[in-house]
Amino acid sequence: MTTRLDVVKTCKLFIGGAFPRTESGRSMPLHDTKDRVIAHACVASRKDMRNAVEAARKAASGWENATAYLRGQILYRMAEMLEGRREEFTMAIRNTGGVTPAKARREVEASIDRLVRFAGWSDKYQQVLGCQNPVAGPFYNFTVPQPTGITAVFAPDTPSLLGLVTLLAAPLCAGCTVIAVASESQPLPGVLLSEICATSDVPPGVVNLLTGQRAELLEPVARHREIDAVVAANLTAGQRTTLQEGAADNLKRVHLVKHTEAQWEDDDLVASPWNIEPFVESKTIWHPSST
Amino acid sequence: MQPSRNHPVDSVMVRQRAASFTSRSIKTEAKLAGIRLAISMLDLTTLEGKDSPEKVRALCRKAVRPYEGPIDHPVPPVAAVCVYPSHVRTAAKMLTGTGVHVASVATGFPSGQYPLEVRLRDVTAAVESGADEIDMVINRGAFLSGRHGEVAEEIRQVWQACDGAHLKIILETGELETYDNVRRASDLAIEAVDSAGVLQDGDVFIKTSTGKISPAATMPVTLVMLEAIRDHFLSTGVRIGMKPAGGIRTAKSALHYLVMVKETLGDEWLTPDLFRFGASSLTNDLLRQLLKGLTGRYMAMHDFSEA
Repeated sequence: MTTRLDVVKTCKLFIGGAFPRTESGRSMPLHDTKDRVIAHACVASRKDMRNAVEAARKAASGWENATAYLRGQILYRMAEMLEGRREEFTMAIRNTGGVTPAKARREVEASIDRLVRFAGWSDKYQQVLGCQNPVAGPFYNFTVPQPTGITAVFAPDTPSLLGLVTLLAAPLCAGCTVIAVASESQPLPGVLLSEICATSDVPPGVVNLLTGQRAELLEPVARHREIDAVVAANLTAGQRTTLQEGAADNLKRVHLVKHTEAQWEDDDLVASPWNIEPFVESKTIWHPSST
Repeated sequence: MQPSRNHPVDSVMVRQRAASFTSRSIKTEAKLAGIRLAISMLDLTTLEGKDSPEKVRALCRKAVRPYEGPIDHPVPPVAAVCVYPSHVRTAAKMLTGTGVHVASVATGFPSGQYPLEVRLRDVTAAVESGADEIDMVINRGAFLSGRHGEVAEEIRQVWQACDGAHLKIILETGELETYDNVRRASDLAIEAVDSAGVLQDGDVFIKTSTGKISPAATMPVTLVMLEAIRDHFLSTGVRIGMKPAGGIRTAKSALHYLVMVKETLGDEWLTPDLFRFGASSLTNDLLRQLLKGLTGRYMAMHDFSEA
């Protein structure tokens, strides 16, 4: 009897709705907790990042102009797809993160709930962040939030799934398109999340997911003039400087976060309208009123 | 009339050969030099029903100074601005003394389905308004139904109506079906003008497409036309120009075309007098890549003017 060979997944990037390999041809082995190689992931280069920005720009107007309700439905659809693949995600977190099965499962469930939470906020944060302003004149004066634009996300190393989902969902909810760099040490859950995006009606280019080295991608992202906002978790002091210096050139919004494991699970801290606020610009409209 | 010689095209070979030009490694200074050359070869084009004098003026400003931001060596002006005949006067006024040519499409562009006298009048009107380059379309209907003599005679008459203006003959290769037809139409067009009198280098161009039909310019089609130009040069010593138009959107593919011209016709053709790109969106990608090379940072599309 012949023994069956395992069919191991090739982890690829996710750009413009497709799964290309990195143009650089580089890859890194992913190890499980017993130091066995379980997969190889792409090490994205700045050119992959550039391609992702092109895709995100192309998708931007469609996503921005989609109704808030539709954006919510799509985020909810992502939660549905994730729910169906809970076991696979749990295994991926367990294998690469070295955490207990219970903890891995809790992270996956928290990620699903996080998507549902942002899905709910997608047609409600406008009421919280927008307002009608009192003015001394015959005008109605409204302030409404609008998406900032192309957003780059640097996910924390851990929690590899929950951190990524949290930082990704907020700009998506706001109507921004996203280039996300998954956890550097544990990119596998991020790679799986790109498959969730590909199968849950997320329009091509709205989410682009790269795996690779944060230190290499940080500078070109910071200096890329087409990117309008960057959110990054747990940067070192040197990385913060790089990001802020590069971002100053085109006045990117830079949003830095630093949370403990417990804080990533705290909905009120990381999944409120105030986590969406960094990805919107306020537009104020004066409308004549009859006196 | 049949072209004097018949040159059948091996379609597999031409596709392979054209694809081979995309594998050259052009980096750093060579790339920047290539991009600057490509900018100087642009025919900045606007051919839309909604064109207005304001849009044409904006395009002319862009033609003279493609990039207005700070840059070490100024970006060269483009070769020409290409507009409909009714906008020629506006463009000519803006471009006098700048060295940028005024090109006008004529002869019932883009279909060419008008009586000959109307098409000739179209050419004369454009020349009188100040166009020094005329982009004509051939009568594809006549060509495809085998009335080659009629096509050649029309080209001759248009060339005479140009009255000193340079002529670009649009074959609209997207409608010609086969590479054999592209080659036959190229030979026919070149021989038609050649038989009308003594030609100088760069007096006449052959051009792939109107940009209104897909596919527009492709590398294999351009290669077939370049070979027709080469064969004509080898037998007569006259250099015909080439203009691929439509569908070239990235700096990378523009460089591929330049490689193809260099390796098919030689360095003599790497000048705006003998090679042009008909394009609108290509300009900003060329600028974007140029600035990326000079500053090291990726530029945004909104860093460049739209026109």
